[in-house]
Amino acid sequence: MPQIIIDGQRIEAAAGKTIIEAALDNGINIPHFCWHPALSVAGNCRMCLVNVGSIKRAADGSIEHDADGNVIVNYMPKMQIGCATPVADGMVVDTQSPKTESAQNAVMEFLLINHPLDCPICDEAGQCKLQEYSFEHSKGKSRFDEQKVHKPKRVELGPEIMFDGERCISCSRCIRFADEVAKQPAITFVQRGDKVTIENFPGTTFDSPYSMNVIDICPVGALTSKDFRFKTRVWEMSFNDSICTGCSRGCNTKVGVRDNTIMRIEPRSNMHVNEYWMCDHGRLTQYDFVNENRISEPMIRNSSGQLVNADWNDAYAKAAELLRGIKHQEIMVIGSSRSTNEDNYLLAKFAKSVLKTNNIDFVRHFNEEFGDSFLRTRDMSPNAHGAMEVGIAHHAHQGTSIDHLADKISQGFIKAVYVMDEDIAQIPNIAAVLEKVQVLIVHAHNINATAQKAHVVFASSTYAESEGTFTNVNKRVQHFTPAVVTKENERYMGMKMSRWDKFGAFNDRWTQGERRNSRMSWRIVQGVANAMNAQWHFKDSESVFEEMTHHVDGMKGMSYELLDEYGGMIMGRAGSPEVKTVVYESHYFKPQVS
Amino acid sequence: MNIEKNTEKQRLNFWEKIYLPEIARGLGMTFVEMFKPKVTRQYPEEVWNPTGSYRGRPVLVLEEDGERCVACGLCSRVCPALAIEVAAGETEKTKERYPIKFEINMLRCIYCGFCEEVCPEEAIVMSKDYDLVFEKQEDAILDKDQLLIPMAQLQDRLEFLRQYRR
Repeated sequence: MPQIIIDGQRIEAAAGKTIIEAALDNGINIPHFCWHPALSVAGNCRMCLVNVGSIKRAADGSIEHDADGNVIVNYMPKMQIGCATPVADGMVVDTQSPKTESAQNAVMEFLLINHPLDCPICDEAGQCKLQEYSFEHSKGKSRFDEQKVHKPKRVELGPEIMFDGERCISCSRCIRFADEVAKQPAITFVQRGDKVTIENFPGTTFDSPYSMNVIDICPVGALTSKDFRFKTRVWEMSFNDSICTGCSRGCNTKVGVRDNTIMRIEPRSNMHVNEYWMCDHGRLTQYDFVNENRISEPMIRNSSGQLVNADWNDAYAKAAELLRGIKHQEIMVIGSSRSTNEDNYLLAKFAKSVLKTNNIDFVRHFNEEFGDSFLRTRDMSPNAHGAMEVGIAHHAHQGTSIDHLADKISQGFIKAVYVMDEDIAQIPNIAAVLEKVQVLIVHAHNINATAQKAHVVFASSTYAESEGTFTNVNKRVQHFTPAVVTKENERYMGMKMSRWDKFGAFNDRWTQGERRNSRMSWRIVQGVANAMNAQWHFKDSESVFEEMTHHVDGMKGMSYELLDEYGGMIMGRAGSPEVKTVVYESHYFKPQVS
Repeated sequence: MNIEKNTEKQRLNFWEKIYLPEIARGLGMTFVEMFKPKVTRQYPEEVWNPTGSYRGRPVLVLEEDGERCVACGLCSRVCPALAIEVAAGETEKTKERYPIKFEINMLRCIYCGFCEEVCPEEAIVMSKDYDLVFEKQEDAILDKDQLLIPMAQLQDRLEFLRQYRR
């Protein structure tokens, strides 16, 4: 492998890598705008200019030294761009010298000539590459006295994307993304020189299902999300690691929360799953059900047939009492492909060891039109594989499956249904016979048709309020943490929230986001089981996972720590995880000390 | 224990012990002050008008075509007491952003003036209001209507900032 020297540090780089890649692999960040590891090299921003040379050797091959004994380096007369210069053996690169710095300062000065500097208005402020480099590499004032060029603002490049021509630094990342990753070449540069701007090709609009990724990779605030526009500043949100629940790909995400409300969801790099991307569906649809229409207290149906708020222990006792009145084989347990492995594992254990029933299954959510060849899968739920692996599965000739549930209810073989996080009333033939069920116990996050018919409703936490694991379409088990505060996780979440949510008091109006009294489904199952004399003592999700690793074959050897370290592990391969890669984050909000 | 000795020198002498000369001296001082010019202000009948450098209640500058504020949230970020809350919305104006909600909790405000210092638009300035009275906690949270003050009334402060702000 070629050996190169960057800033006096000797580095081994694979042949064919560019200087910027080799540097990044070794933790040296060369400033850049247009380069992105997943896109082709354009080399048009000129920000990554570095001094490149080689060590001067005498005719006999010995290294020459100057009068002070330092090695003499012959630098090229002109600087090279790090993103397009492949490494070669013996190459000397320097990214810190006054000459390099003056080049970076000059590039910044050019870029800022026509930039409107409207950071107070711009959504990108706080996580902007241009802002960051202005801080590090520019003079702090402009020598440009003339009028700035005015370009079209508020241009809709697609149904979700708003473009501001003045802020654009013409790096072409979005154009290359549309061509190479989204495979919908709908946007391009028009005009030239300082008038250059980005437009749709006539008659097209950039409406690819992955279009919103250009907002993330735009190094400035030229491309903004119509959904998020001006909702809040980035530094007012807390970002916690989560997983998208839109389909079974399990794209890694960061959930931005302010006022205990999800403001936006953005992708988090994981080279094994979603690389740097996620689809617009995941970004736009996976927070409404967390923010709105929630069940925030457990409820019991009283003697007059009304659902009334109840205490947790009363609700557990009521559920236990109702279930005791039904014979074992007349109880159906429905798990969920939208709940975590922990929830499903404990529910399966509850069904087998406490309720002693074989009637256990879950609802599958397939949509053939949704799947594609890139990230989206036809399975619209995040954890169908996991639910099956941990025991929520119907075995042929044993118990009742979800397909036969309606018949069994109408024939009177099933008298009680225990549903976890699933709206079974969406299935028409079950909805028709649901009235006949004597005992209907439901875990639900949202007020839905099933919950309205239930005898006991447990307020369960959504994925954004839970800690746990999902198993994706490729059987990769991935760990995620909560982002939204509930009364259950309040103490754990305390310091993970933004400065705003952390320090708000009862008389501050901004902290009025509701802290719901919901619990993670496994904890509810444990509560009901203990009310039926089960004696379970799981403290947190991790302790459930720990037990799971002993009982579920594929999960042997896994732990939350290892899952975090390796970006998830494939079932049955905990002993030989994939090689860890350097995670590239184009630009991100730096955690602030408050 | 470090108790000083009660020495002869520290003890009061006879004249000091009877206090009468000191009382006479005090009365004399009062008598002399009666003939000096009065400095006490009869507040609230007589209202004090501070100079431009005074840091009173922070307010928002209102121009003819609306507020200057673009809801950037820097005041809210810099505020050491977390007194300011801003929520932004979109307008048709050239400055696309405006505050839908701008609230200052005067119970939290410590009149440090950081909000004014950090403001990129000179939209929030310290006014001369110093006599703030609230009967309820909720009343102390001032909303946008209560905060917007026409620019004409803030000329002293804006002039002060023009001269001394760096």
